[in-house]
Amino acid sequence: MDALEQFRQETRQWLEQNCPESQRKPSSRSEQVWAGRKRQFPSEDARLWFERMRDRGWTVPEWPKEYGGGGLSPAEAKILDQEMKRLGCRKPLYDLGIWMLGPALLEFGTEQQKQQHIRAIARGEIRWCQGYSEPGAGSDLASLQTKAEDKGDHFLVNGSKIWTTSADKADWIFCLVRTDPTAKKQEGISFLLIDMDNPGVSVRPIELISGDSEFCQTFFDNVKVPKENLVGPLNQGWSVAKALLKHERKLMSEIGGETGGPRISTVQAAQHYVGQNADGKLRDPVLRDQLAAHEMRFRAIGLTHFRSFEEKINGVADPNVPLIMKYLGTEEQKRKSELMMALLGSQALGWEGAGFNEDELLVTRGWAMDKSLTIAGGTSEVQLNIIAKRVLGLPD
Amino acid sequence: MTLVLNEEQRLLKDTAREFVQASAPVGALRKLRDAKDPLCYDPQLWQQMAELGWAGVVMPESYGGLDFGFMGLGAVLEEMGRTLTASPLLASVVLAGQCIVLGGSDAQKQAVLPGIIEGKRTLALALEEGHHHNPTGVALSATRSAPGYTLNGSKTFVLDGASADQLVVVARSSGEPGDTSGISLFLVDADSAGIERTRTVLIDSRNAANIVFNNVSVPADALLGELDKGWAVLDPVLDRARICLAAEMLGGALEAFERTVEYLKDREQFGVKIGSFQALKHRAAQLFTELELAKSVVLDALSAIDDQRADLPALASLAKARLNDVYQLATSEAVQMHGGIGMTDELDIGFFLKRSRTTIQMLGDSGFHRDRYATLSGY
Repeated sequence: MDALEQFRQETRQWLEQNCPESQRKPSSRSEQVWAGRKRQFPSEDARLWFERMRDRGWTVPEWPKEYGGGGLSPAEAKILDQEMKRLGCRKPLYDLGIWMLGPALLEFGTEQQKQQHIRAIARGEIRWCQGYSEPGAGSDLASLQTKAEDKGDHFLVNGSKIWTTSADKADWIFCLVRTDPTAKKQEGISFLLIDMDNPGVSVRPIELISGDSEFCQTFFDNVKVPKENLVGPLNQGWSVAKALLKHERKLMSEIGGETGGPRISTVQAAQHYVGQNADGKLRDPVLRDQLAAHEMRFRAIGLTHFRSFEEKINGVADPNVPLIMKYLGTEEQKRKSELMMALLGSQALGWEGAGFNEDELLVTRGWAMDKSLTIAGGTSEVQLNIIAKRVLGLPD
Repeated sequence: MTLVLNEEQRLLKDTAREFVQASAPVGALRKLRDAKDPLCYDPQLWQQMAELGWAGVVMPESYGGLDFGFMGLGAVLEEMGRTLTASPLLASVVLAGQCIVLGGSDAQKQAVLPGIIEGKRTLALALEEGHHHNPTGVALSATRSAPGYTLNGSKTFVLDGASADQLVVVARSSGEPGDTSGISLFLVDADSAGIERTRTVLIDSRNAANIVFNNVSVPADALLGELDKGWAVLDPVLDRARICLAAEMLGGALEAFERTVEYLKDREQFGVKIGSFQALKHRAAQLFTELELAKSVVLDALSAIDDQRADLPALASLAKARLNDVYQLATSEAVQMHGGIGMTDELDIGFFLKRSRTTIQMLGDSGFHRDRYATLSGY
């Protein structure tokens, strides 16, 4: 047996022995473990599962062991992921620090920054949020105006950030700030880490069309930030941000796995809400065709993820494939939630209260929330611009 | 399961690309069309392809084949799709040839396969009877008439059927059209008494025929596989052919797309390259993403044949449906983005447009394959 196969066997066995039964089915958002100082566990099983995974470093399987990670190779991490999916294991920990800041800090951070932040992320002790967009800087991110002035031993930060996901629950925020107002757009921007307990930081949740308020506006009013919280060189935050955006888009392209969305599958929903003929076929041939079209496209996207991974480990990576996955994954997820609405019919129209069960309400709220997928992290239109320019080489 | 070509397969793909680019560019098909060539392919070219081993890539070694696998054949077909190379490869080696491989007796294989592999004999599969792909809707009758069978009925859209030496005829020996049981396959000489072939001139300038069977007597040993159980052979053969066809379509779609992107970088209007217009950029970028999905499904389906995976039927339908849609889109967009010149026969783009529409109707349109995928998925 080769080493990877042995790793697979051991991993499978360990998961079977250590993942509590209740943690082996899809989770709604309220059942997920999110990091943070104010961290709360939705259940004792969720705590147990989190702690066991944390102690193996498997909250962040590919990060170095010295910072609390699992130290797995990409191939081993893929196996862990496959085995977790096979058993239906929930992710043990959710946090922007895991998906976005951590990888960027490992690449750009100082040793002191890694020591301070990476381990805390791996252990789920700090919840992070992201401060990129501003009221006047959305798709045109580089026009951001929040400024950080050099005051000798610290930066003084003033301005505001918008669409800061879960800022009201977060402990720290990583921000893009303008440190040189005279330089051209991208060139005067720096990447700064800010403790949200600092005086002058305030947060206002924004009510969304889904009825939730996941997104906030975060204000900085004369906030003092120590110099050592600068990541990467001064005025070169744009390259850190770009690296980080890559991780965000990768994350968003993988949406469709365990997202905290509906707990029923499209096929289950179709069979239940549309009904079946005696031969097992769905009663509505048009919805049946649309369901097949979606399922097939979803599979094609999954296969493309897999191809990209295989090309990487075989040393023939096509750098263009990752660029398209955010666009494909989020557009299809949006189509999926539209399909779910169609499948549930009038039962998808409930807002709250009697007449609708929790799964149905989750479908509805998820549908509205999924509209954000093709806006956040670079709109689909911006993604297409990038593909046209970088992949196809079309002129400006 | 693998979605990456190994070194040998990559080598075969490179060789195939060099060969077809040099020996069979789109201009070769144009020449055949303009000459109203009755064969619709160049027999010398086909001979060369056979000498390169292409007719034997997926054939068993024991009959002179290479047993190299469908990933390899798919790579060749993709390259042929880029140049719209006309040849009986799909019809003879895959459609009819795989009926022999999966259904034939040792004697039948011995008699037929070496000739196919050497390019000396071509076969065609006589399947369709209506205007839409309907593999179970077989009405052409096979009745017992000692010592063999008598065939009566007609077939249409028989690919490379106008010139094939032998036909694999899908016949009904019992039951009703629509039944999977009661289908039988027969290997018949194309010049048998009672067979009337009419070559049909299609938009893609390739070889296809309508064939009438009028009291055609065939010997008992013409039966391929078991009587009434031809579906067990035909169904997997069709899946192989759908996947191989999808590989050809991928090549065509990629080529039409790449030619279009080059045009966007070259053509100027309003004093700028038209590729700078966002309306065109976004459509080109979207098409690029569709093509990347197409690559993945074709590779996975090809590897599923080689690995004999259980989900092969679903993957065949996934691949064919996806490539139908993307080939149609890529060629329609190619004409539109080329503008007026895209309407001219002088530009090769029209050949891709026409080939795409033929391949879409071959072996199932997207509606057929979505329906099949849904059924296979249990809804």
